Amino acid sequence: METNSKSPVSNSQFLIPNSLITYTLHLADNALILGHRDSEWCGHGPVLEQDIAITNISLDLIGQARNFYQYAAQLTGENATEDTLAYLRDAREFKNCLLAELPNGDWAVTVLRQFFFSAYQYLLYQQLQHSSDTQLAAIAEKALKEVTYHLRWSSEWVIRLGDGTSQSHQRILNAIEDLWMFTGELFKPADYEMEATSKGFGVNVETLKKDWLQNVKTVFEEATLPVPDENAWMQTGGKTGRHTEHLGFILADMQFLQRTYPGCEW
Amino acid sequence: MVETENINTQAIWKILEDVYDPEVPVLSVIDLGIIRDVAVVNDELDVTITPTYTGCPAMDVISMNIRFALIQNGYKKVNINTILSPAWTTEWMTETGKAKLKAYGIAPPKTMHAVCTPETFQQEEAIQCPLCNSYHTKLISRFGSTACKALYQCEDCKEPFDYFKCH
Repeated sequence: METNSKSPVSNSQFLIPNSLITYTLHLADNALILGHRDSEWCGHGPVLEQDIAITNISLDLIGQARNFYQYAAQLTGENATEDTLAYLRDAREFKNCLLAELPNGDWAVTVLRQFFFSAYQYLLYQQLQHSSDTQLAAIAEKALKEVTYHLRWSSEWVIRLGDGTSQSHQRILNAIEDLWMFTGELFKPADYEMEATSKGFGVNVETLKKDWLQNVKTVFEEATLPVPDENAWMQTGGKTGRHTEHLGFILADMQFLQRTYPGCEW
Repeated sequence: MVETENINTQAIWKILEDVYDPEVPVLSVIDLGIIRDVAVVNDELDVTITPTYTGCPAMDVISMNIRFALIQNGYKKVNINTILSPAWTTEWMTETGKAKLKAYGIAPPKTMHAVCTPETFQQEEAIQCPLCNSYHTKLISRFGSTACKALYQCEDCKEPFDYFKCH
């Protein structure tokens, strides 16, 4: 990241804290990487309507990512744009949670990952819309309505699969087994999140955990699914740039064109 | 060219009535309620728009079409700004717009926000079939051909139709 003194923003009478840029990139990366994963379902959905649903969700998330990247680029100054931030940073610079980058697996894994993430994002944006930073607040306020749909859709699918056939029940049980250890990171703040909270523009994610768990319990109960141990060991690292090997493959796919033909437009 | 000091913002609103949404071509940007402000600032024309959905791919085209329409009418110094807050809602859609939607075969959004909470399997208020006017309809998918629409089917005339969902 650039230092404060190298990141002037015109019309700004005060220095932009590094943590605001990093925090905004973290929000952007989460939305972009999960949006990219969801977009991989395009043309492969189990039925046409759900193919359209998951790609609509993907579109909403990539839209959110663009808003955050545009803002981060404006704060960074120099020659940063939404595209340089999305296409020209390497895996270590990405600050998304590990949950967002995990492979799609089967429909149960995708649906459960979306439910865990949307339930988190719903609570996050509810608070972020009151951020002291007016642009972060505006992006959150706008995105919250869309996230509400994502949460409803993914909750309904978790219930359908859990309370469905023995096969669908088993598949979502497997998905819980695979994904649960990646949920803890959502509520474990990185240094820049703590700074963002103390400066008033960020959300204290630790405080979201209780409501998130309650939401998971309510949906899992209706889905006849067991709620795993909330104190189980949790995998972390994505928020500080230590990713699973999967992110490299996503970036190789997503960034190939801009890396091979720099500045290419069409 | 129109001199900026002579700009009548009423005339600008009139021009914008002929700029249409490329995805739902019966609706003008005025009908959609996405024009938030038209103002003359420092000799330049500032048009402020707000997106319907965060990721709506039509917004770039809409923004370009607004610029073209104003340039065609002689306005050269045009700035198009996007604001996100307050967030767009279907309540800003005009009554004319809703009537045009129905005539086009898309059920218009209900006046009241019926189901904008995350609670699962909510009972949707009956949506009227835009073709045969029956209320005997069912939701097929909450997500339709564009971000702003849901897919319904009429149980009487059996036709599937789009519903411009409350937002």
